[in-house]
Amino acid sequence: MSEPLPVVIIIEDEPNLRRFVRMSLEAEGCVVHEADSMQRGLIETGTRKPDMVVLDLGLPDGDGVDFIRDLRTWSDIPIIVLSARTTEADKVGALDAGADDYLTKPFGAAELLARVRAHLRRRSSAGASGSTVFEFGKIRVDLGKRIVERGGEPLHLTPIEYRLLVYLITHPDSVLTHRQLLNSVWGPSHSDDSHYVRVYMGMLRKKIEDDPSQPRHIVTEAGVGYRFIA
Amino acid sequence: MIDTRPDPDLLLDKIKEEEVRSARGKLKIFFGASAGVGKTYAMLSAARQQTDQGTDVVIGVVETHGRKETEALLAGLERLPLRDVFYRDKVLKEFDIDGALARKPALILMDELAHSNVQGSRHPKRWQDVDELLSSGIDVYSTINVQHLETLNDVVGGITGIRVWETVPDHVFDAADEVVLVDLPPDELLQRLKEGKVYLPHQAERAIQNFFRKGNLIALRELALRRTADRVDSEMIQYRRDKSVTRAWQTRESLLACIGPGEGGDRIVRSAARVAAKLDVPWHVIYVETPELRHLSEKQRLHILKNLKMAQETGAETASLSGSDAVETIIDYARDHNLAKVIVGRDHVRAWRPWYRSFADRVGKHAPDLDVIQVAREESRSDRRRDEQTDDSLLDRLKAPWQSFAMSAVLCAMATVIAMPLHSVFDLANIAMLFLMAVVLAAVRYGLGPAVAAAFLNVAAFDFFFVPPRFSFAVSDVQYLMTFAVMLAVGLVTAKLTAGLKLQARVASRREQRIRALYEMSRNLSGALMPEQIAEISQRFAASGFDARAAIVLADEKDRLLEPIPVPGGVPAVDMGISQWSFDHGTEAGCGTDTLSGSPLLYIPLKAPMRTRGVLVLDIRHPQRLMAPEQRRLLDTFARLIAIAIERVHYVDVAQTTTVQMESERLRNSLLSAISHDLRTPLAALVGLADSMSMTQPPPTGQQTEIAISMREEALRMNSLVNNLLDMARLQSGAVKLNRQWQPLEEVVGSAIKATGTAIALHRVSVNLPDDLPLLEFDAVLIERVLSNLLENAAKYTPPGSQIVIGAMNVARDHVDIWVEDNGPGLPAGKEEEIFNKFARGQKESATPGVGLGLAICRAIVEAHGGSIRAENRRDGGARFVFSLSCGNPPVVDTTGADLASEEIQR
Repeated sequence: MSEPLPVVIIIEDEPNLRRFVRMSLEAEGCVVHEADSMQRGLIETGTRKPDMVVLDLGLPDGDGVDFIRDLRTWSDIPIIVLSARTTEADKVGALDAGADDYLTKPFGAAELLARVRAHLRRRSSAGASGSTVFEFGKIRVDLGKRIVERGGEPLHLTPIEYRLLVYLITHPDSVLTHRQLLNSVWGPSHSDDSHYVRVYMGMLRKKIEDDPSQPRHIVTEAGVGYRFIA
Repeated sequence: MIDTRPDPDLLLDKIKEEEVRSARGKLKIFFGASAGVGKTYAMLSAARQQTDQGTDVVIGVVETHGRKETEALLAGLERLPLRDVFYRDKVLKEFDIDGALARKPALILMDELAHSNVQGSRHPKRWQDVDELLSSGIDVYSTINVQHLETLNDVVGGITGIRVWETVPDHVFDAADEVVLVDLPPDELLQRLKEGKVYLPHQAERAIQNFFRKGNLIALRELALRRTADRVDSEMIQYRRDKSVTRAWQTRESLLACIGPGEGGDRIVRSAARVAAKLDVPWHVIYVETPELRHLSEKQRLHILKNLKMAQETGAETASLSGSDAVETIIDYARDHNLAKVIVGRDHVRAWRPWYRSFADRVGKHAPDLDVIQVAREESRSDRRRDEQTDDSLLDRLKAPWQSFAMSAVLCAMATVIAMPLHSVFDLANIAMLFLMAVVLAAVRYGLGPAVAAAFLNVAAFDFFFVPPRFSFAVSDVQYLMTFAVMLAVGLVTAKLTAGLKLQARVASRREQRIRALYEMSRNLSGALMPEQIAEISQRFAASGFDARAAIVLADEKDRLLEPIPVPGGVPAVDMGISQWSFDHGTEAGCGTDTLSGSPLLYIPLKAPMRTRGVLVLDIRHPQRLMAPEQRRLLDTFARLIAIAIERVHYVDVAQTTTVQMESERLRNSLLSAISHDLRTPLAALVGLADSMSMTQPPPTGQQTEIAISMREEALRMNSLVNNLLDMARLQSGAVKLNRQWQPLEEVVGSAIKATGTAIALHRVSVNLPDDLPLLEFDAVLIERVLSNLLENAAKYTPPGSQIVIGAMNVARDHVDIWVEDNGPGLPAGKEEEIFNKFARGQKESATPGVGLGLAICRAIVEAHGGSIRAENRRDGGARFVFSLSCGNPPVVDTTGADLASEEIQR
């Protein structure tokens, strides 16, 4: 039984970049629809039933964050945002509004495809597997039994560390902003105490990373947040 | 005359002061040169007097040291019981301030103001106790020795070799309402000492014996006397202010010497200088220019000015005043400056003018409170000459063009013609009036000489035409001789007065003219925007005000003088050597000064508030005229105005240059950022398209793939260059807003290593951060950039396989040092600072890519965080880049609380 090809919409005003994304994704086996403006993008997204949207934040006819909010009211498909460097605030805004990931221009085909694959895979596996056991590196987390082990040895975590870890492993490959983590682990009242996240993340790293200063699993996206890589 | 009303502000101050004072008690200090002079005795005597007058007197503390006479005085005075103070297992007696306040006597005696209280007392010092007593309205009598005054403590220590540690601040002494000096000649004091009447503590007997040497005692006595005298002097000023006294108070014997036009002015100045030196007082020398003295010959004026200058050089304050009456002007000046002695030259008595009163007499009569000193003037020889000179000047004054005399004759003729027909109608007396009018007219129009001539002519005409027998000079009635005499006298007096008034009016208008010229010049100067304009305005003013030609020589930044600024009329031939000298020394040079007076030109430095701006050079036609003080002042003002104008113009220039610089900087930055931005979009496409080459159909050959990869690499490199340029532009234009947050350093180190990626792939990177590093507040993106730039830099300048270490240490309480070090070849010596400059690179010509912006960006970022960055060579080889971030007050994150939570995540 042949699976339907994933549908991706690319919203980008620079034609050459659009062409490059299209070529890369088609080589990966996706069906790609192009839009060169926010308005076109909304029409395409509404009619093509896409599995993913790649959105440039610097469009001439509107604010990408509004687009993401609109889209999130009726769909939870992965959104990857393209942005220039030095605009961390825009990225955080887009991620907080509901985007899943971002790519900084210029980016290569390899980076793009890695992100696209990861998000498509997450989407297809989300409903399917009801597994409650996660394994990465030397770490094994059993959500059902609330057990964390490292190399077979039980690992002692504080309640907050545990909640943080669970939130990370259930949102793999996505970039999680400080605000998102605070909201879901500490609750909405803490949403401005971003140093809490950083301190606990540091403690968590010391427990699960081999070299906490050069982490492999909990990767810092400077000025934006964190990404969990299994 | 003198305004005798006191200054209202001072009055107000006085009222306030008095209010405070009336609520406060009064402090009377008995002040002595040393112990044993009898201060306590004097104080007790005074207190007894007060008791006799019914004042409520209480003894707070009195040390009689067992002296019988003193103790005898204590009898009958109430003594306040002393308080027991426990100190180091001993019980000491100390003054009981609470007891005193509760008792609240009218007057309390507090011996030894400088005494230090035993530990545990309310105040450490007795004078503070006294202060409190005074504040609560109790009068205090106290005693003090001169060596206990704070500022004199050193002096006394220096003289006697003994330092006392108990001192009283001078303000306490100065604020005392009364000071009584208790004085005893040293010999008597020594006598008392021999007789054992002076109390000496036993333990320090020898030291104190040394202290009581006669030389010491004399010195101490002098100090005490002087200190008291100074105090009395300031009291005097206070009193004069209080009572608004206008008569000179003869305290400091300040001198006022007056010099006149006569010979011997130099003698007066010298005498005054000697007297002033002997009395050690300030002295003034003045010259009063009365209307009569304005007619002095140039030579005489010069003489006076020379004397004034000599006085100034000898240390006097000099002034040249103008006034209608010399005596009044002198007295006013003396009162204004509080000068009590007036020195004048002795007038010689003239036999033919027995009614004449000498100048000294006149001063004395008008101001009986001033001492008048007459000094000799060496006039024996110059007597005759002096008279000649007066005649000369009288003749001068009578001089006038012959036309004026002719016109006054015509006036007389007209008076005669008009009077002719009236002769039959009017009385002769009225005809005489008509002639007087002609004299007044002549005086007003033609001056003194013609008026005097007219007076004589009139008398002649009156006699000839009107007095019977008419048309003959014979007189029928003798009483007409009287008429002639009166008519002549009235005519002459009127002529003189009128001519004098006219002269004064002319002087006033000349002065006004000068002021107007100055005013106009300053107005013109304020509009000048270029040095050339200033030079031109100066030229114009110099010509009109001083009959001179002017040139302005400006100095450059290095204090070297430039050529004179050219002006349309041409400039005088300036000697640059003299100009430079005058500029360097800030003093005048050239003709009429003490330096290079042979030069025909006068060089005046142009001193502005910030610095000397140049030199004003004047070619003056009549240099002697400039010796007059008012001309000098005018010239100084002139130079000052020019200097200020030049400075202003200079700063206008500076401001303009700065504005242009700022504007161009802004333009450069916005251009840079626009270019960078426009470059990046196609670069992103280029990288992407190079990547997508490999996805084309048919698949590319190996060579094509290689080319595509190279294209991608180059595009990425170009992108990083553009990024650097953009960052630099943003940082420099100040457009960067730091997003500072508290975070652990470790996190940003990790992301920096990851971001640097392939650049450090061939190097061994290790991280060495201490566990106890505090949270730091910084912008994560920017500090990541600093770290990755430093990493890239280390990788770029070290061979593959080298070790790169990122470390940090909390070196001081307030900042953390973070470093990136390598074991490569190190930095070129002496370039440790230079490499942080824009477009600077370690090696000028090398194949290592980069434009040298990386480190400049690092520095800009670190400095924006308020930190600093430096580079150094490690002792064991390799380079080390260190930057510091300040710690501030990190927020507390309670990580232990979570552990205590009930939820336990363990099996």
